[in-house]
Amino acid sequence: MDIKYGISATFNSAKDIYEAAGKVRDKGFTSWECYTPMPVHGLDGQMGYGRSKVPCFTLAGGITGFFTGMLIVWFMNAFDYPLIVGGKPYFSPIYPFPVFYELTILFAAFGTLFGMFFLNRLPRHNHPVFEHKNFGRTGDDKFMIVIEVEDPLFDDEDTESFLKDLGGKSVSIIREPIE
Amino acid sequence: MASVSEKTEQPAILAKVKPAPWRDPPLVENRRSFHWVTEKICGIVESKTPVWWWWCFITALCIASFTGMGLIYLVSTGVGVWGNNNPVNWGWAIVNFVFWIGIGHAGTLISAVLCLLKQKWRTSINRASEAMTVFAVLCAGIFPLFHVGRVWFAWWLFPIPNANAIWPQFRSPLEWDVFAVSTYATVSILFWYMGMIPDLAVLRDRAKETWRKYFYGVLSMGWRNANNHWRNFEMAYLLLAGLSTPLVLSVHTIVSFDFAVANLPGWHTTIFPPYFVAGAIFSGFGMVLTLLLPLRAIYGLHDLLTQRHIDNICKITLATGSMVGYAYAMEFFIAWYGANSYEGFAFINRAFGNYWWSYWIMISCNVISPQLFWFKKIRENIPLVWIISIFVNIGMWFERFVIANTTLSRDFLPSSWGYYSPTVVDLFTFFGTFGFFSVLFLLFLRFLPLMPMAEVKMVMPQADPHGGKH
Repeated sequence: MDIKYGISATFNSAKDIYEAAGKVRDKGFTSWECYTPMPVHGLDGQMGYGRSKVPCFTLAGGITGFFTGMLIVWFMNAFDYPLIVGGKPYFSPIYPFPVFYELTILFAAFGTLFGMFFLNRLPRHNHPVFEHKNFGRTGDDKFMIVIEVEDPLFDDEDTESFLKDLGGKSVSIIREPIE
Repeated sequence: MASVSEKTEQPAILAKVKPAPWRDPPLVENRRSFHWVTEKICGIVESKTPVWWWWCFITALCIASFTGMGLIYLVSTGVGVWGNNNPVNWGWAIVNFVFWIGIGHAGTLISAVLCLLKQKWRTSINRASEAMTVFAVLCAGIFPLFHVGRVWFAWWLFPIPNANAIWPQFRSPLEWDVFAVSTYATVSILFWYMGMIPDLAVLRDRAKETWRKYFYGVLSMGWRNANNHWRNFEMAYLLLAGLSTPLVLSVHTIVSFDFAVANLPGWHTTIFPPYFVAGAIFSGFGMVLTLLLPLRAIYGLHDLLTQRHIDNICKITLATGSMVGYAYAMEFFIAWYGANSYEGFAFINRAFGNYWWSYWIMISCNVISPQLFWFKKIRENIPLVWIISIFVNIGMWFERFVIANTTLSRDFLPSSWGYYSPTVVDLFTFFGTFGFFSVLFLLFLRFLPLMPMAEVKMVMPQADPHGGKH
């Protein structure tokens, strides 16, 4: 038993998919995706994507890291167990600055990585596009556009002929097996 | 006003003469296709394990066992089996630590700083260099860990509650170092891993054996080359590069604080942070050449790792080597100009005292040998470049030896002067780390993609959707 996930079309070059993506967007499709072996310069704009949201996670991580650093130094050296060392104050924002600095970077880096995972909805080890028999080639040298059934403009025949008109090769239907 | 416009008028000859366009040599030679790149890089991992790999791996394991033996003897007996004494309490432990951590810096520099500077040639060398960073930091970590004496209490360095209710003491630069180095190791691993995810997905999709499907499948997190993925990935990559750049500069700055915050002549100088950072980059690029030139020959990567790459690495080595040479000279100048008799003595002692030989090994390896890279003929002579890179590695080890030992062995009071020689346990432990590093690096070659395929493809002319007209 399986259900239809979408229609895929393959392109041979970055230029082809760049142009095709612009036309798919102009047609008004919303649930579709390009699969490319490397980031294609300007394809985001062609697909109508805005700026990535990863920096928000980085900033949140960085701020958390900085104040975590301050908190641990203050708690450990000034509050929980004050210890006189070298006549220096128990707490100051100056001398332990390297600690704040490093923790800012550490937490910001974790924020960046996990933010990227979260925005990409990863890890996700199963996905209908993996059912496409030549999906592996999109990591090698092929470029693929997949228009999903979910899209309100999707129509079995029209979408297929539309992709063919765009110059898509081996236009085929991706089916998702279900139990 | 009329006279101004007459002056700015161009001579008629310029309209006729068109300067020849400057063309950079291509980053991937011989007009290779995307598929060729995939086959080449994946082929290294997917082909049968070569015989040379096994020989190298077994040799590396044997060498690594020296560290194992050294450490077992140390832990079961006590830190006294090292040559450290009073006044030279730091000995080889700090020398080896700074040496290895410095080597790591080139990897981060290539992956982060050159990324921010949009140096496209970095793409084919960044993965291997980042691997070098991670493994070098692991080697570096061994020394301070065991130098604490009772290694089973090393966790006291971290802000974890212990039975005595005593916390780490944050006024000490050694504690800053704990944070700097552990952050550096963590962020380097994150950056290295994140960059590898798309390539691991390629290996997953090509995998035939079940174990490969699981191994690469789990590691690649279900990456599926979607443009939405790439968009967030590129932003995250850029941000990690932006975070790693201040990080890499801070790590060796904080390492230099270990010395510079102490009040000893020869250590207590403000030049240390930039000087250490330049030295770290210098030593790291030396190690990059040492590692990549044999790989290029063995795996036939000449189209991806071109003469242009080697030229650039040599030039950075030359630039940082000259900066280090300038720092050596400036230290002497300030010692004289500062008119502090202890400082003056420390530097005369450095060049002509009990460790004079190490000073001159350092100068000849670090300052003189990279100057050969001024010449194109030498940069194109690959075996010679490799030999010079070895000199750089040796020189940078001696730099740390000179800094740590000349000062400690001759401090303020002649009554507390001493001399330091390593013991056989020191030798074993340090020698073995090269094996440990090689074991990790060989495993990396065997199981992980040596070059970032997606990034290499990005700098190829076919990847430009505008066909070069931008």
